This record gives sequence, C-alpha cells and structure tokens, in this order.
Amino acid sequence: MSTQLSTLDSEKTSLVAWGWRLLMALSAIGLFGFYGDILDVYEVSIIILTAVGMAWLGQNWPGYRWHTVAVAVLSLIAVTLYGSDLGHAETSFWLNYLLASQSAFMWMSALFVMATVTYFGGLIFHSEFTEKVASFLTWAATTMGMIGLMVRWRESYLLGADIGHIPVSNLYEVFILFAVVTALLYLFYERRYQTRSLGGFVLLVISAAVAFQLWYTFDRQAHEIEPLVPALQSYWMKIHVPANFIGYGAFAMAAMIGVAYLLVERQTGKASVSRWVQKMPSLALMDDLMYKTIALGFAFFTLATILGALWAAEAWGGYWSWDPKETWALIVWLNYAAWLHMRMTKGWHGGPMAWWAIVGLFVTLFAFLGVNMFLSGLHSYGTL
Amino acid sequence: MSQSQDSQLPRRSFAWRVFHFLGSMEFAITMLITLAIASVIGTVLQQNQPYPDYVIKFGPYWFEVFEALGLYDVYSALWFLAILTLLVVSTTVCVIRHAPSMFKDMFNLRTHVQHKSLRSMHHHAHWHQPGELEHNTVAIRDRLATQGFRTRITEKGEDRLVSAMRGGMNRLGYILTHVAIIVICVGGLMDSNLPLKMAEWQGRLEIETRDLPLSQIPKESRLAVGPQAFRGSVSIPEGRAASVAYLPMRDGYLVQNLPFTIEVKEFRIEHYPTGQPKSFESDLVIYDPDLEQPLEQTIAVNHPLIHKGYAIYQASFGDGGSELTINAWPLFAGQAEPTELETKVFETRQMLWGDRELQLEVTGFRPFNINPDPTEDDPKNVRNFGPSIQFKLRRGTGEALEFENYMYPVERDGRDFFLSGVRGSPSEEFAYLYLPADEDGSIEGFIDFLHALHDEDKVAAVAAEMKDETLVSLQSQEDTILGNSLQRTLETLMAMFVRGGFDEVRDFIEQSLPEAERDTLAPAYLAMLREMLGRIYLNSLDLEPEEAVAESQLLFLQDAIDAVGTLPRYGSPVYLSLTDYNHIESTGLQIARSPGKNIVYLGCAFLIAGVFLLFYLPQRRFWAWLSRDGEQTRIDLAGMTNRNPREFDSYFEQIHTQLQSTQRNSAAD
Repeated sequence: MSTQLSTLDSEKTSLVAWGWRLLMALSAIGLFGFYGDILDVYEVSIIILTAVGMAWLGQNWPGYRWHTVAVAVLSLIAVTLYGSDLGHAETSFWLNYLLASQSAFMWMSALFVMATVTYFGGLIFHSEFTEKVASFLTWAATTMGMIGLMVRWRESYLLGADIGHIPVSNLYEVFILFAVVTALLYLFYERRYQTRSLGGFVLLVISAAVAFQLWYTFDRQAHEIEPLVPALQSYWMKIHVPANFIGYGAFAMAAMIGVAYLLVERQTGKASVSRWVQKMPSLALMDDLMYKTIALGFAFFTLATILGALWAAEAWGGYWSWDPKETWALIVWLNYAAWLHMRMTKGWHGGPMAWWAIVGLFVTLFAFLGVNMFLSGLHSYGTL
Repeated sequence: MSQSQDSQLPRRSFAWRVFHFLGSMEFAITMLITLAIASVIGTVLQQNQPYPDYVIKFGPYWFEVFEALGLYDVYSALWFLAILTLLVVSTTVCVIRHAPSMFKDMFNLRTHVQHKSLRSMHHHAHWHQPGELEHNTVAIRDRLATQGFRTRITEKGEDRLVSAMRGGMNRLGYILTHVAIIVICVGGLMDSNLPLKMAEWQGRLEIETRDLPLSQIPKESRLAVGPQAFRGSVSIPEGRAASVAYLPMRDGYLVQNLPFTIEVKEFRIEHYPTGQPKSFESDLVIYDPDLEQPLEQTIAVNHPLIHKGYAIYQASFGDGGSELTINAWPLFAGQAEPTELETKVFETRQMLWGDRELQLEVTGFRPFNINPDPTEDDPKNVRNFGPSIQFKLRRGTGEALEFENYMYPVERDGRDFFLSGVRGSPSEEFAYLYLPADEDGSIEGFIDFLHALHDEDKVAAVAAEMKDETLVSLQSQEDTILGNSLQRTLETLMAMFVRGGFDEVRDFIEQSLPEAERDTLAPAYLAMLREMLGRIYLNSLDLEPEEAVAESQLLFLQDAIDAVGTLPRYGSPVYLSLTDYNHIESTGLQIARSPGKNIVYLGCAFLIAGVFLLFYLPQRRFWAWLSRDGEQTRIDLAGMTNRNPREFDSYFEQIHTQLQSTQRNSAAD
C-alpha cells in the first residue's frame, strides 16, 4: 500500500472516528438533557464513563459502531412498542417474534450455534466467504443478545417500578451477559489479528453457555424476572458484575485458544497435516493472543474483585470475609497471577501454558458456578 | 527474576542466599500456588460453626486433629498466616531488589548504547539523508517528541545519538502492583484478629463459651473501647438498647464494649407483591456522650451507619421475645376446658398436663407463613397461612419433641383443619397432625368429641345400647353372659382405640382372636367400633328426632376419627393453640471497626493502576545514531519494546517511515 493511499485512508478513518466520538458525546448530553433532573452523581458518572468507553471502542472498530447503532435503534423500537403494557409482548408482532427479551435471546441462541457451525465450515473448506458469513452471524447474535438485555431491563420496570433492575442479577441473566461479552471480546481480537480461524473454537464455549441457558429456561423457568433481594439493591452490582464477566469471558477465550493451540501443535511437524490446520494462524500468534486475553481478563478480574470488596464493605460488614465466593475469586486471581509471572518473567510459552490456560478455565468455572452449586455462603444469588 | 549465580560465586554468605531465595520467582510462584490450595480448605469445610457440629461430623478423633490444625478457622490459623507472611516477604524482597533498577529504567534514556549494538537489535533500519548532521539530528528529535517520546541528544564524538522513550511508567506498573500486595496485606493484618489471639496466648483474654447474661460475663472476656479492629454482632429487640458487640471466637465469644449505646426503635420488613422480601430496615438511635443530641438514623441492607469509625450494618433479624397468649387444649382424659397461659418466645417453663410433667420451651413465632398453596398445582402460587408458633416439649429425661402449630385453620379438600407439625430432631421433616375445625371454625368441637370418647360413662352407655340392640336382633335378651362379654368387648375396643388408635385395635385382633375366626370377626369388630364412635358423636349433636345428619357433620366425624387415630403418635398431651400475640422483633446488627480499611483501599488503587500500566502501557525505546557519510548523513534507527512485540513490528515501521519522510520534507525546505 502506498503512502498516499494510506494517508487518504487514515484521513477518512479519523473523520469517521471523530464523528463517532461526537455521536457518543451527543448521546450522553441528550440523556442529561432529558433525564438530568432525576440522575444522581453516580448515574451521571456512569453515563460519562460509558460514553467515553464506547467512543474509544468504536473509534477504530466499524463492526462495533454498527452493533451499537443497531442495539440502540432496535431497543428503542421495542421500548416504544411496549409502551407501558407488558402484555404487548404477545400482541405486537415485532415484539413477539423478534424484540421481546425472550424472543431476542432465542434468536441470539440460534445465531450463536449457527455461527459456530459456520466458522468450522469455513475452516474445513478453506472458504473466506463462509468465515465472513460466520463473523456476520456472530455480530447478529451479539446484537440480539444485547437488545434482549436492554429490553429485559425495560420489561423489569414494566413489572413494577420497584421491581425494575439491570439484568445482571441472577444466573440466567449473567449467562447471557457472558455470551455477549465473550463474543464481543472475540470479535475485537478477530479484527485486531485479522484471523477468523479461531472463531469456531471460541464460539464453542459460547454455544455451551447457550445450551445451558436453554436448559435453564425450559427446565427451570429461570427466565422469569424476579425482584431483587435487599442485598443486591446496590449500585455496585451494575459495575461489579459486568467487570467480572469481562474477566470470565477473556479467561474462557484464552482457554479455547489454548485448545486450538494444542490441537495445531499436535499436527505440526507431521508429514500430512489436516486440511483445517493449514488454515489456522501460527502457533506464535495463538500464544500471543492467549497471553493478551489472559492479561485483559486478569486486569478486569482484579478490578471486579476489588469492586466486590468495596461492595462487601457496604453490604456484609467487611471488605473481606473469606466467604467461599471471595476465596475462590482469590484462587482464580492467584492462579492467573502465577500464569502471568511464568509467562512474563520466566518466558514460559506454548503447550504448557495452553494446558494451564485450560485448567484455569475450570478453576474459573468453579468460582463462577461451582461455588453457588456446592458451597454455601453469603454470595448465594446465582443458585441453580 | 533470579539469576542463579550461586554456582559461579560459591562464597556468598548464607544471609545473601536466603535473601535471594526469598526473592526468587520460583519461591514466589510456589507461595502463590500454595496460598491458592490452602484457601480451598476453608471453602470446602464450613468455617466457624458450633464445635458440637464438627464433633458430630468428624467423630471425636478427627475433630481434635482438625482443631489442632486450626481447620475450623483456617484463615486465622498460624500456618495460614505464615504462608501469607512468606508471600509478603517474597514480594518485599522482590521489590527491594528490583525497584531501584526499575526506577532508573523509568527515566533512563540509555544514552550509553554502542553503535554496534544498535545494528544488532531485532528492530533496526538504516538510510542515508542529505543535509547537515546537526539539522537532521534536531529534526529527528522533534519528530519523535511530537509522537510523545521523551528524547535526548548525546554527542558521540563526531556522531550524534538521539535516544527516545515513551511508556516509562510501565515500570511504575511493576512497582505499584507489587507494593500493592504488601500494602493490602499490611492493612488486612491491621484489621485481623491477630492481636486478640496474642492477648489470649499471653493469658490476658479468655474466650467465653458459656451462654451467660451480659452482666455475668467476666472481665477477662471483655474488650475495652479502643482503636483496635473488630467485627462482631449483637441482636437487639425492638424498644431495647445495647452498647456491646459479641465477637465470635472459635467455640465461644468475646464482648467488645462500644463508646455509645444503640437503641432499636423499630425493625421493618417490606415485601414485594409476590411475597419476597424487599427491604430490611432498622430505626436506630445512637446515644453518645460526645453528641449534643442523640443521632437518629435508619439503616438498611447496603446502607450502614458509620459513627466514629464504627460501622453498623443491618445483618439479620429474629424474634425479640414476642408475647404470646396460648390455649392448651387437653388431649388427655378428664378435662375438656383449655388452660390459658401467657408466655414469650425464648421462655422456658415447667408444665403439668394431666399426669405428665413437661418443660415448654417456646422457640419461635412467625406472624405469617407464605408457603406454596397445596390446593394449587403450580408451586409458585403461594398463600399466607397466618401466624405460627414453634416450641419444644422436653421430658424429664432430656429428650424433646419439636412442634410447629398454625394459629388459623388451613383448608384441605374443602374442609378446615388446624395443623400441628411434630418431629423428633431438626434433621427430620415435620409430620403434621390435622385436627378438624368445627362449624364455628373452632377446635372446640373436636376436643368435646375426644372428651366424650374418654368419658367412661358415655362409652358404657353407648356400649350398653348397642349390646341391647344386638341381643334383641339375636333374640337372646336373657343371655347375660353373652351380654356382659359384648359390653366388655365394646368398652375395651373403645379404650384401646383412644389409647393406641386403629393400630392397637388391629394388634389386639391379631393377637387375641383365633386365626380361623379372624377374617370374619375382625371386620365386625371394626364396624362395631365405628358404630360406637358415630353414636357418641351423634349423641353430642342433640338432633331433633326427625332431623337428618348433615353431610358436613359426617365428614367432620370421619376427620375427627382419623385425627383421634393418629393422636397416639402425636406425643403431646395438649394441643397448643395461639389465641393472641404481640409481635416483637429483634434486629441483628453487625458492628465493625476496621482501621486498616483505607490502607487496603490505597493498596487496591495501586493494584488497579499498576495492572493497567503494566499491561497496556508498553515501554518503547528508539535510538537514532547519526553519522557523517561524505555529504550525507547516515542514520541507524533501532527500537525495542517490553510488551506486544507483534504490534511493535508495525509500530517500528510506522516510526521508520515517518522519520524518513521528515527528513525529506525538511530537506526540501
């Protein structure tokens, strides 16, 4: 690419980036204009931070811009269709088949599974086009998931002003959050590293989450919106939970890249390499990506655990009580801290680190689900 | 991080080697993993439970082994603290060893590099430019500076070196993260109960294990008001006050005095329309000599009150000694009138019912019970079953049965029943006795019926009536032997039924009747018994001669017979029915003082800042070595980074291109 072209290209990019930042700023200002009277300091700062964060994410990431606009427009349509009557979920065609949170989640589930299959199809048949379709499906799934969360948020308020809350309060809701966050993380790195071959692997873990989610919906009727127990009525929940799930999502992604790494590593050096392996990114790239995602996960998990401690100091009477959930968070943290030390200072890499990342996912999974299922403690909100 | 140089330098002192071992990465990783594994124990084994529970769980031998290992409070066990201490020591040594060089690296632009070493770096490039050396040097320096680099020009004889660096704060990330661990642990230590343990070892404190009233707790178990950290709790009934907190310690507690008094005016639970609790709130008044007037504040979950560094949390709630009025309806012979008694929750008193002496222990009261509705299929349909009381009846031998009685009747199959649950131990489910309510919705009808069954005269009269009718039908009125035998049998049947229910009647039939006659006589016996029960009931109704028995009355009779049949298994000589109550709640407050909290938070801030600096601010260095080469300037560019080598490839190319184009532009000026 010549210097000239790239200059032009970058000028256009920077123009779009500025336009995006402006849109985010205007959206935030618009919110203050409409709702300024009822927003407290905390909400104002959350809106500012969200706008800054989204402006930063979208400035060089066209996919995220489209995603955000689609979520905003469709969520607003859904909210308008609802009006003030939850009953419209069944009478309105668009709500019933697309935008009501339950419908949106069903679309999300179907699209994620389709995307997983399509990614693997592209990998096996060496088809760029198929992989692009898979990317599109993943974006569509993520968008439907995010719309579902937004609409569910609104639906909870339609149930009763005192029942309304952000949908990150129980196991059902955080599973959707997990799927959406993990997919967004993957899409971010897909663009960054210009490789779609890892998509199938990462989406496997999302599909597993979706499968659990469906079982949970149909077997346990877990999708019903429940009012918040007093312990959860805190603004800390709104930041503690999402921060945690960026951590969980990143750790899950790292583990799935670890799986891909080990599968590819087994075949390297052999006389005949499987067809799909030829299309996989280099071992070095996967190793690097594994490090990147664990570092990201670790940073956000640290943040989330500290936010949790601040919340605990307000709700449980102490910032640290050695509650099983807290203790397992510490165990997860120590595990990845050890991983990062080995990687950064001892220069360990490759197979052993991939194995360790996979083991790390199981430790994380226990902290996320196992503690709620098998151990008792203060943090018993997400029980099965 | 350790370069093991021991083999090359065998004469290092022992202390030096210990220091290096403690600061080694191997040791640090070992400690991280050890701490992780040790932490698991306390999550698998429930901590700080009453000691008898552990004895039951593990048996006396393992109970003592585990106690010696401190497993019931792992996180303040000595060996656990030792692991934490070693981790802190390891981190500290690491910081001491590396911080100086990190600090240097943060600012050092490395102007001492050799020309040769630049060319051997992984990222390097060179090109020739027209123009004067000094001019080119300044141009390159300026261009790098506009990219956010700190720069310096060094004269290297005839040549010039431009050194540039950005992201030096990455090194600060290392220092912050590691210092953070030390700071957090120090703050945590300040808030731990280690000082209490020390005082206990020195014999200055003694853990109280008995359940004593506050005034009788010895002063060895009391802690004076002071700056120390603690975390305790206290339960205060509405309208009462407290100025202490109880600190749980192993199998007992200590009492912490507070510099103020907390009075609880009211405790409230609000509910959502669906019945789930919406909020737990307590209205508190703080009386403190330092306050001009008492401080009134409402606390709720997530909204503690902080006064003088003491944080007061809404933690739990319970009964604060509700006042109850109870009718004890006799289930034994000879009495049909209830005895009224006034009692309170948590009160214990000796009772004499009939010939039985029992200790009544009222353990709980609930003003409402929202349970799944048994008449609906969907378990989510809940209904309020009204108030209930829980109590134990303890015999002289010490064994006790636990009961749960509902105040209002509960509907089942269209009829109303008074429910009373009974169980032998907390691990069992309650088994329920269903006593039918009479037409007035009262227990009285059933008690009267039962009383009539106990009444020997009434039973004898009915038996005589039935005997006569039978003799008439057999046309053997004169057969006194048969008559007496029948009369006796009928009375015995009734006595057995009242004493042991249908079970005893069946046992009697099995044991006393010859096997050949059993099949024909057994149904006849049971039919006679039922006939007697029915007659006694009908006699009590005082029906007009022509009046028919109502369907509801027949159903009541059936339910009453069933109830009488199960009474022998009920285990209580009375049915306690709640007639009135005054609900007094108590609020469970958690009171904590953590002077180390702000230190911990400072450490947390360090940690977050450090982690993000460490991962997302790569330290990038560039060197441009400019030398004269005839009329032109030869430029050797080299770069390095400590993070993201992959991205640095393209970044290096970008800087390379920019610097080259700078040269052209400036040359064109």
